[in-house]
Amino acid sequence: MPYDTDVAQPGPPHGGPPHDGTASNTSAPLLRATGLTKRFFGNAVLEDVDLELRAGAVHGLVGENGAGKSTLMKILAGVYQPDGGTIEIAGERRAFGHPVQAQQAGLATVFQEFNLLPDRSVAENIYLGREPRRGALVDTGAMQRDTAELLEGLGVVGLSPQTVVRSLSVAEQQIVEIAKAVSYDARIIQMDEPTAALADHEVALLYSMVRRLQERGVAVLYVSHRLPELFELCETITVLKDGRHVATRPTRELDEAALVRMMVGRPMSAFFPDPVPGTEPGAEVLTLSGAGNGYVDGIDLRLRAGEIVGLAGLQGSGRTELVEGIFGAQPFTRGRLELQGKPVQIGSPRQAIRRGLALVTEDRKAKGLALNQSILDNALGVVRAVFPGRTRTARGSMPGVLSSMAVAARGMDQEVQFLSGGNQQKVVLARWLSTNPRVMLMDEPTRGIDVGAKHSIYELMRQLAAEGVAILMVSSELPEVIGMSDRILVMHEGRLAGELPAGSSEEQVLALATRADATGTTPGGDAA
Amino acid sequence: MSTSTTTTTTSTRRRAPITSTGIVFVVLALTIVAGAVLTAMSGRNFFSPGNISAILTGTSILGFIAIGQTLVILAGSLDLSVPYVTSLTSLVAGVIMAGQTSNIVLGVVVALGVSALIGLVNGLVVTLLDVHGFIATLGMGLILAGYLATNYKGSAGSAPRDFRLIGATNIGPVPVSTLIMLGCALLVILLLRRTRVGHHLYAVGGNREVARMSGLHTTTPVVLAHVLCSVLAGMAGLLLLARLSVGSPTIGAQGGYDLMSIAAVVLGGTVLAGGKGNILGTLGGVAIFAVMDNVMGVMEVNPFLKDVVRGVVIIAAVAVYARRTSARPPRFGKQPLGDRALQEAS
Repeated sequence: MPYDTDVAQPGPPHGGPPHDGTASNTSAPLLRATGLTKRFFGNAVLEDVDLELRAGAVHGLVGENGAGKSTLMKILAGVYQPDGGTIEIAGERRAFGHPVQAQQAGLATVFQEFNLLPDRSVAENIYLGREPRRGALVDTGAMQRDTAELLEGLGVVGLSPQTVVRSLSVAEQQIVEIAKAVSYDARIIQMDEPTAALADHEVALLYSMVRRLQERGVAVLYVSHRLPELFELCETITVLKDGRHVATRPTRELDEAALVRMMVGRPMSAFFPDPVPGTEPGAEVLTLSGAGNGYVDGIDLRLRAGEIVGLAGLQGSGRTELVEGIFGAQPFTRGRLELQGKPVQIGSPRQAIRRGLALVTEDRKAKGLALNQSILDNALGVVRAVFPGRTRTARGSMPGVLSSMAVAARGMDQEVQFLSGGNQQKVVLARWLSTNPRVMLMDEPTRGIDVGAKHSIYELMRQLAAEGVAILMVSSELPEVIGMSDRILVMHEGRLAGELPAGSSEEQVLALATRADATGTTPGGDAA
Repeated sequence: MSTSTTTTTTSTRRRAPITSTGIVFVVLALTIVAGAVLTAMSGRNFFSPGNISAILTGTSILGFIAIGQTLVILAGSLDLSVPYVTSLTSLVAGVIMAGQTSNIVLGVVVALGVSALIGLVNGLVVTLLDVHGFIATLGMGLILAGYLATNYKGSAGSAPRDFRLIGATNIGPVPVSTLIMLGCALLVILLLRRTRVGHHLYAVGGNREVARMSGLHTTTPVVLAHVLCSVLAGMAGLLLLARLSVGSPTIGAQGGYDLMSIAAVVLGGTVLAGGKGNILGTLGGVAIFAVMDNVMGVMEVNPFLKDVVRGVVIIAAVAVYARRTSARPPRFGKQPLGDRALQEAS
């Protein structure tokens, strides 16, 4: 049995046949994955992981970023091929070489980044590749009708099959994705953080869809960072950590504290370095009042020298757009921006850099680095472009900067594409440090990098704060926000929902981010 | 929130703004109005049967090629070899027909066969060798240009009288050639809207990875688009043969059909990156060019200025489309009315 032996399982006895078919959780598992292992360049990102899903049951999957959840899902979906282990569906051994094979086997996946064509209609997206035909022609009428029926069966009202996907809200697109999965007659549906970008009344709709799937006997694998919803939806929860299976327990035997302990596996405080002694918040360096652009509005924000302020919120809540607004990439069209108490207009990143701002972008590959250029060229990119006079100095100090951050590379002429994610991120930081910024905006500074690199980035942030740099850090990882921030700002739907002091709990942050406080409790939405 | 939770946010479906095809036809209407006024100022009648016929005649050649180009662009590729295909087919068909009515069918079949073959090669190079359509068809265009220059020193072949009628007959003010072009357009529209491969063409052009993940053969639609594009360029070559009664190795290049067709497609609202657009818009784009050419011809505008005006129109159109796409609704922002009502109720 793949389960922890110290926990009594409601499942069938070892190797025994299912007693009866009445209760879903006593039947044989619909999906049984055993010993799944995946390595990238020799590093195991998933090692010997077992998972069992049962018909009509929702199975939660949790773990910190980098714990291997996505890898596990992608193996099940046929995107990755495992280096070890087996997958059985309804007792039959399966190997998926391609996502389509997984779909045909009845296993559908709703990924976080949607697999939809924005310029095609809902019906065309759902039936892509399987368009119903009458004779040689696509039966568009039948396609519309089937789609309408499908949506109705899932309890969705008012979503026209003819609507172009681009004009839908994120939640509606989510619904289309799920409907597409269901339309494959999927017996197993895995969902990757389906509520990550949803507002709470939309979450309620999603819950009711998940419950309908459950009633239909579908096995659901539900990945989420939002612990309360796992407790609400799931019968069983599996915890992964650092690519390994930690535990699989029935939800009723767990509470949030226990779950967090299993996920983190260590006391949180040890991981995040303490502030450098003597770091004191200084003068106000950045002030926003009533700032807004096309994405965010009514932003009032103060940032003081030597402060690390965390900016939390759900995906799509406008965090990135806010820092891009400050940085002039999506300039504010309303409100006031002051630097050191002086009102300024920042209309472009160039102006922002000249005024002592720096932005470590969320997507270092697309917006942060020229991958096929050398470390040195990347690290000097901004100085060369904006402060050509300082290039010589920056170049002279670069070896020291890079080695102080312990960038592991063959030499400064190595192309950055050959570096690990953590080292790439250090090059991005080196580039900004060489401009001597007074305000450092960091958008997901540790996304997708290993623990060691994370730690050195945290230490660097503490160091910068001690030198009087003001840091505004956007992060989706709540432990990071809580562990590093002197204050935490939380965004919700393009506005600041509130501010929390250092040491606040994940629940407090989530409550603001999802506005659970505004509507009372976590949305139940159990349509009676 | 019990039953209301199942209502999605669509109860207040935002009113659809004018589609890009809509804009194309608004622009066409404005062009016609402006053209009519300018023509009247020159003392002529824009709407006279003769002038209408002249404008429609002007649409057919570019129309054929632009329809094909639309397919290729929708599929995420590009075809720069079309003018040479047009020249080649006019020669191949003209030489085979050699003035004999009995050879018409053979000439047409061979000419279209040759163009289909060229399109097939284009499509296979693009899909199997993974060479971008821009380069693949640029290369094919150079090869054909070289072949034409070395093997044909000037006009060759001759179209029999019966074949020439296609280029000269009108039904009312409408030339037969235009009707054939519109017939082809109709078939292609049917292909795009009502066949699987048509749907898949949009999918592959829109996002190849999504198409692949949905289990599509991602090569088939692209190859088909290239074949049809070449065949339609071949049709344009046949029509030119009928009009000029001889095949010409330079006629395609003179027309600048490669870039003009791309311009017409883009003017028609099709996105150059693929996956979005339609034939109707392209026809609108072709018609805008035809009206502009006609009016500037009537006004005896010098040829250089003509090109300037065309250039300005293309750039202005694309700038307008770009503004429209960047002015998309923000990812959030104002909540739909239904949501707010829901929140207040709870």
